[in-house]
Amino acid sequence: MPSRKPRKTKADIQLNELPKCLTGINGLDEITLGGLPRGRTTLVCGSAGCGKTLLGMEFLVHGAMEFGEPGVCISFEETAEELASNVASLGFDINHLIARKQMAIDHVHIERSLIEEAGEYDLEALFVRLDYAVSSIGAKRVLLDSVEALFAGLDNESILRSELRRLFRWLKDRNLTAVVTGERGDGTLTRHGLEEYISDCVILLDHRVSETILTRRLRVVKYRGTMHGTNEYPFLIEKDGISVLPVTSMDLNHAVSSELISTGVPALDEMFGGKGYYRGSTILVSGTAGTGKTSLACQFVNAACGRGERCVFFSFEESHNQIMRNMRSVGIHLERWVEKGLLHFHATRPTTFGLEMHLVRLHKTIEEVEPSVVVIDPLTAMLQSGTPNEARGMLLRLVDYLKEKKITAVMSTLTGASDNLEETVVGISSLVDAWLLLRDIESGGERNRGLYILKARGVAHSNQIREFLLTSHGIELRPVYLGEAGLLTGSARVTQEGKDAAAALTARQELEKKEFLLKRRRKALEAQIAALQLELETETQESRQLTAQENLRLIHMEQDRDKMAQSRFVKPGLQPGNGRSALKRGDGK
Amino acid sequence: MTKKSDNGDGASQDGKDGKWDLRLYVAGQTPKSLLAFANLKRICNEHLAGLYQIEVVDLRSNPQLAKGDQILALPTLVRRLPHPVRKIVGDLSNTERVLVGLDLRPRSQ
Repeated sequence: MPSRKPRKTKADIQLNELPKCLTGINGLDEITLGGLPRGRTTLVCGSAGCGKTLLGMEFLVHGAMEFGEPGVCISFEETAEELASNVASLGFDINHLIARKQMAIDHVHIERSLIEEAGEYDLEALFVRLDYAVSSIGAKRVLLDSVEALFAGLDNESILRSELRRLFRWLKDRNLTAVVTGERGDGTLTRHGLEEYISDCVILLDHRVSETILTRRLRVVKYRGTMHGTNEYPFLIEKDGISVLPVTSMDLNHAVSSELISTGVPALDEMFGGKGYYRGSTILVSGTAGTGKTSLACQFVNAACGRGERCVFFSFEESHNQIMRNMRSVGIHLERWVEKGLLHFHATRPTTFGLEMHLVRLHKTIEEVEPSVVVIDPLTAMLQSGTPNEARGMLLRLVDYLKEKKITAVMSTLTGASDNLEETVVGISSLVDAWLLLRDIESGGERNRGLYILKARGVAHSNQIREFLLTSHGIELRPVYLGEAGLLTGSARVTQEGKDAAAALTARQELEKKEFLLKRRRKALEAQIAALQLELETETQESRQLTAQENLRLIHMEQDRDKMAQSRFVKPGLQPGNGRSALKRGDGK
Repeated sequence: MTKKSDNGDGASQDGKDGKWDLRLYVAGQTPKSLLAFANLKRICNEHLAGLYQIEVVDLRSNPQLAKGDQILALPTLVRRLPHPVRKIVGDLSNTERVLVGLDLRPRSQ
């Protein structure tokens, strides 16, 4: 028989895609890519108290309530009443389901001390009971919890083993999707080696306590004929049942948005090329204590709510009332968004749960609220509940998840004063898209805040350090003073700026004075030029007058001479002298 | 189908232990169930002559009866009377064990 079974399974795979059966358990259907193998048996194993029975019961209850598939529970440990009251706390009304013939519970009780074995036997009565229960409600799902109790009740192990093999065959032949639970053994998956008979699908549940914090984990050990998530997934048993966190997405192909959304601080938007963060990106804000990380995150939330987007604020240090009060002091009013139902606060102590539980809760809340912006403040507090390696893995899963959901996330990390600022916890840097660093700048007996963008994927961003001011009307960024004296902030910057202004004023006055002097000199020169010109003109005039007078005099002289000559009877031509007389002489010839 | 098999004189006689009410659960006429019935009959005749009443319950016909007596293995013999209730599983071919199971022989030697 064992040699025949695998061959058949193989043939099934080749022929058609393995049909699956949804469990209805949050996250488990994602990990198994569609549920448990339909018409086959799944082994759920784990140590005591890890949630095997609950998983099985949820499988039946969801089947009956959501998928119209009635289920039968053969319980070897608890009575129907006990089972009903156990799951009633999770909001499942088993008795109602039983009354509506959507569920049947048969408690199989074996009291070893009351049973004597005398000769050959088989477990036909179990089959009869199962068959009766299945046919009475037309069941499609079966839970056997926990079949290993048989080994405690009956001696003849070889009979039990052959009957178990027959039982699983029987379930398969009737096309029942079954969940069989088994207690974890030493070094084996189950104490009595049930995994030997169930080869289609094996799910291992586990719970571990590390540093007083319990974490439950689930792993699909084996799922024949189909892909499945192979990791250990943390899961949570909460008021509405099991929820598994399918934390690692199998591939890296989430759609990206090229929409840019405002950071809530106009000056910071400017540093990000005038627009802000990419929607769906992960932004890390790191800095030492008191540098304004929370305020920066709140300002972003404020802006997002102002656009009508839903936000979730996960706080691990302050209560929501405290955050709102503190934000009010810097002019960020968050109460109105809470009232409008746009902003959801979730404040928990980091030590309340293990790291994984925090993430499971994050997932659950995000699934419920469906926000477009998530703030985790501070991330470091949450990550402290795990080892650095775990923390990194978890963070990777979280970032993946948020990206898949296109949620813009702002996470703050606290860096110690002595730490290298850029060496943030567990090398988160490579996971985030944008990284803002807030730092203290101490000088001149003052401590001031500085902000700069360490990286911003895909955005042309400013390389400047800005001074970060928390004013009564929100966050303001100022360019810091970078001068001969080095980087100056706060009042040192103000003083220096004052000095600079004074120096500039002096320089300007100096210049004005010089200009005035120059103007005056020019004017003097011009006046001089004018005077000279006048002189020149006078001279010219004078010289012209002199020439005219001379000419006149000459004419007069000639006339006088002529008159004299006439009077003396001298032939004018004989008279030496002027041209006129010569001409006259020539004329006379 | 439930059939009652009374030992003719057993019902009328009243022994010091009172009446033995035995019920044998089977599923159909399998070789094991036939063997068990034959073995039971033999043992009762040897040790409880005239004091017993055997009821054979076939779960094939009355599957709902399996729940009441918490029957799991077949064949199962249930001693309903005298109290306390005892269960013996198997084809009853091991007479020693059957007698121990029915408290007709001390448990340990």
